[in-house]
Formats: sequence, structure tokens, C-alpha cells
Amino acid sequence: MSIIESGNVAAALGVKLCRANVIAAYPITPQTPLTEKLSELVESGEMNAEYIPVESEHSALGVCIAASSTGARAFTATSANGLLYMHEQLHWAAGARLPIVMCVANRGVGAPWTVWNDQQDSLSQRDTGWIQLYAADHQEIINTVIKAYYVAEQTSIPVMVCYDGYILSHTHMPFEVPDQEKVDAFLPPFRPNYALDPSMPANLNTVTLPEPRNNIRGELAHGYMELRYLLHEGMIRAIEVVGEAEQRFNEIFSVSGTAYMDMYKCDDATYIAVAMGSLSLHLRVVADILRDEGIKLGIIGIKLYRPFPCGIVADALKDRDGIIVMEKAISYGYVGPLYSDICSCLYTQGLDGPSPGFPYVHNYILGLGGRTIRTIDLMDAIRPICTGKRIKDQPGWIGLKI
Amino acid sequence: MGSRECGQITSHSEPGPGDGGRTGSWRVLRPVIDLEACIPSRRKVAACFICWLYCPDGVITRTIPPSIDYEYCKGCGICAEECPTKAITMVEESKFALEEK
Ligand code: SF4
Ligand code: SF4
Repeated sequence: MSIIESGNVAAALGVKLCRANVIAAYPITPQTPLTEKLSELVESGEMNAEYIPVESEHSALGVCIAASSTGARAFTATSANGLLYMHEQLHWAAGARLPIVMCVANRGVGAPWTVWNDQQDSLSQRDTGWIQLYAADHQEIINTVIKAYYVAEQTSIPVMVCYDGYILSHTHMPFEVPDQEKVDAFLPPFRPNYALDPSMPANLNTVTLPEPRNNIRGELAHGYMELRYLLHEGMIRAIEVVGEAEQRFNEIFSVSGTAYMDMYKCDDATYIAVAMGSLSLHLRVVADILRDEGIKLGIIGIKLYRPFPCGIVADALKDRDGIIVMEKAISYGYVGPLYSDICSCLYTQGLDGPSPGFPYVHNYILGLGGRTIRTIDLMDAIRPICTGKRIKDQPGWIGLKI
Repeated sequence: MGSRECGQITSHSEPGPGDGGRTGSWRVLRPVIDLEACIPSRRKVAACFICWLYCPDGVITRTIPPSIDYEYCKGCGICAEECPTKAITMVEESKFALEEK
């Protein structure tokens, strides 16, 4: 069924199709309509789930952690400062290996207050051990939520589904709502590795010692460092699982999505602009216009940010004349976070060891706190790079009026 | 053989002896019960057992006389503090080092 609705409603319908059992969320702009929609679906009986109102985002994720520990399929959503208020629980959910799914309607972080879009919120949570997927339009939002549960439950790692606040969360677009039957075929009921059971009491996530120690059966149980290694190993394996989920999804729903990144006009491209979220679609317009001027520009929209599909990204970028990374986030005092990751993957993974031959990588920061991203500004920023110029002080800023 | 064999991916513990590791290795003071002063031992009836109740590691038996599992007794001294007849003395582990060798 095809409908015209907002990105937040697309996310809510995805959660409903996944038959989430427990939803706990605290409203924050621009995520609010998503949780409102879910509360309506639960209240009307269309969705058979427990909706637990909480007093904060920290509690929202705390409830999801508890619910997931009992074997329930749990969901929450947030934005910006709400996500940051969850920070400690983000580490906890990942360390406890709970397959929670959370939507983040991306928004700038205060101070100073802003409610408008950028991606500083979720990108600053990069190292919490969550899988991060970025959707570029409404269809991707609903599809990604469904795939997210599959990936989370296969890997025992929580997944963040990120989409641009307002630009996607509040705009209405047509999208296809997948059939419940097919979603059920794609996503089997959640069978947890371990679920709390009163007849077999256990203490979860107990204190670990620096060294492994024996459990009550005399088996050597992990120390802290082994558990950190297993989370990292699980994340690396998740790259494969994300690919497998995509293939499964494509087969069951007869679509042709890509798992790690969307490539637009990249086959003959000498320059590639890389972005995440809706900006990658906006950049396609720029590629079309610049191609009329004879500039062979291609666009890559990264969909899986953590774990970073390093080899795949490097393969797509290594033989170009130049790369332009466009970001709505910055690591203050250095460069954009995606730029660092791309430089590092080109330097270490895409080639046979470090090589001086990789393309020059440029970095632009733009659109912070909802600053308008004008197509003409994108063209003016990208055109000189494609004719051999370099940004003087990396990162360059687009749309800055200082 | 490493810890992968345990098959877990989190820190997960079940109630049972030794789940916190050999906590007896932490001990610097050893609780020793003077059976002449201990109520159940002296009267040969099940009584008192305050040490059993208070021991945070559950390593004191509720028997006549009570006994302490030094494999896991961490030497906190709570039993000695709570014993109403002062029957438990905390003795330096070094005093036992020679005799146990
Ligand atoms: S508390 Fe003291 S008197 Fe009571 S059983 Fe324990 S050792 Fe004996
Ligand atoms: S209370 Fe402390 S010192 Fe006494 S037996 Fe228990 S662990 Fe050992």
C-alpha cells in the first residue's frame, strides 16, 4: 500500500509492522510525532504493545534495557539533547548486547538551543557500540526500521536508525508500506540468547575483574577486556549481517536496495561527493547540473556508519581524482567525523597498505542547526575542487555568514 | 583454552559458590571462631547463628559448630563485629602462612 505521510509516521509504521512489544519514549522535537503516533496505535488497539510513559530519555532507554532483558522487542526514539541524556544507557545497552532499536530524528545540539537539523547528535554517539544506519528518504526510514530489528537480533547489538529532523521527519512524501505478512516472513519472532527467568535467577552485567575468572560451573568466564573484544568482533560481523539483511529484504519485498551506500552516477565519475542522509539526495541534483558543465561528479550516500564498511567505501573511492566529504557535524578542533573515517579507511584498508596514491580528500561543513543548504552554494563549493583547486583551510564551510 | 568456551557474550552470573572468583585470596585477616565462646557450640543447640546471617559472602555454615569456608571468606570482619559473645577473632593471615606451607 502506498501512502503520503511524514517521516516520523513512516518510522512509527515500521515499528508497528515489526510488532514491537514495549515502547518507552520521552517526546522531544523533532521526534515527538513519532512517539505520538505509536501511543495512538497502542491506545486504539492497532498495536499490541506496552507503551510506557517515562520522565526522561535516560529512563526511556532504561525501560527498553529492562524490557529487552526479559526477551521483549523494545523500541525508543529521541533527538539531540535527549539522545545525549541517554548517553550512559547507550553504552549500557550495547555492552549488555540487547537488540533494541531506536530512531534518532537528527537535530543540532545545544547550547545554544536549536531544534533544527544537523547530525551532531548521533555522530557524537559514534563510540557507544551501537550500529548506526542513516536513511535518506521516507521509504528508507520505514524499510530501515524493519531491517534494523533483523540486524539487531542477529548480532545482539542495538541499532540506531537516523534520519534528518524536519527535512525528513516533518515533510510528507509518498512511500510504500510493506505488507505485514512479508514483514513477518522477513523478521521472525525475537528469540533472545538469554532472557530473565524467575525460575533461574541470574545477575546480569555483573562486575568483571581485570582478568577472566571461573563461573560457578568452573568454566573460565570473560573478563572486561574479553567482553569489549566480543562487542567489537560482533560489530565487524554486523557488516556482513547488514548485507545479508538487505539481500533478504530485497528478495522478500522484490525491491533492489543497497546495504552500505547508495551510489549515483559513480561509474565514470572522477570526483565523488560523499554525505549521509537526505543531503546525499540533494547532491544528486548538483551532480546532474555539474555534469551538464562537463564535470564528472558522482554521489555516494553512506547508509551504514557504524560499523564502518571500510573496505567497501575505500574500494568505491580509491581510483578517483578527488573526494569531497560534506558533513552536518564537526569534531571541534579537527575536521568532520566522516572525513576522518574516510581518510583513515583510504589510507589503511582500500589499498595494499599505506600508499601515497590515494585521492585527495576534501571536507566541507554545512547545514548546522538547520542553516539552509542552497543548491547554488553546493555547486560553487564543489565546482572549483573538480577543476583541481583545494580548500585552503580544511574543513571548508558552506553558507557561513561571518 | 580461553574464555570464549563459556559461550556467553555478556557478564552474567548465577547464584552459587565461587561466582565472584576465589575471594578468599583477598583476605589479610582471617576470622577464627573460639568454640568455647560460641553459643551453639557451647550449648549444643541450634541458636544464635548471627555470623551466618550477616556474612555478606554466605560462607559461614548454620551448623554446630559453625564453620567458615576460607576459600571464599574475604576477611571483611563483619562476623567478628556482629558476634554477641565476641567469639570470632580476626587473625593476621601471615600467622598461618608458615603452618600452611
Ligand atoms: S555469632 Fe558468634 S556466637 Fe553466634 S554462632 Fe556465630 S560465632 Fe557463634
Ligand atoms: S563475615 Fe566476612 S570475615 Fe566473616 S566469614 Fe564472612 S566473609 Fe569472612
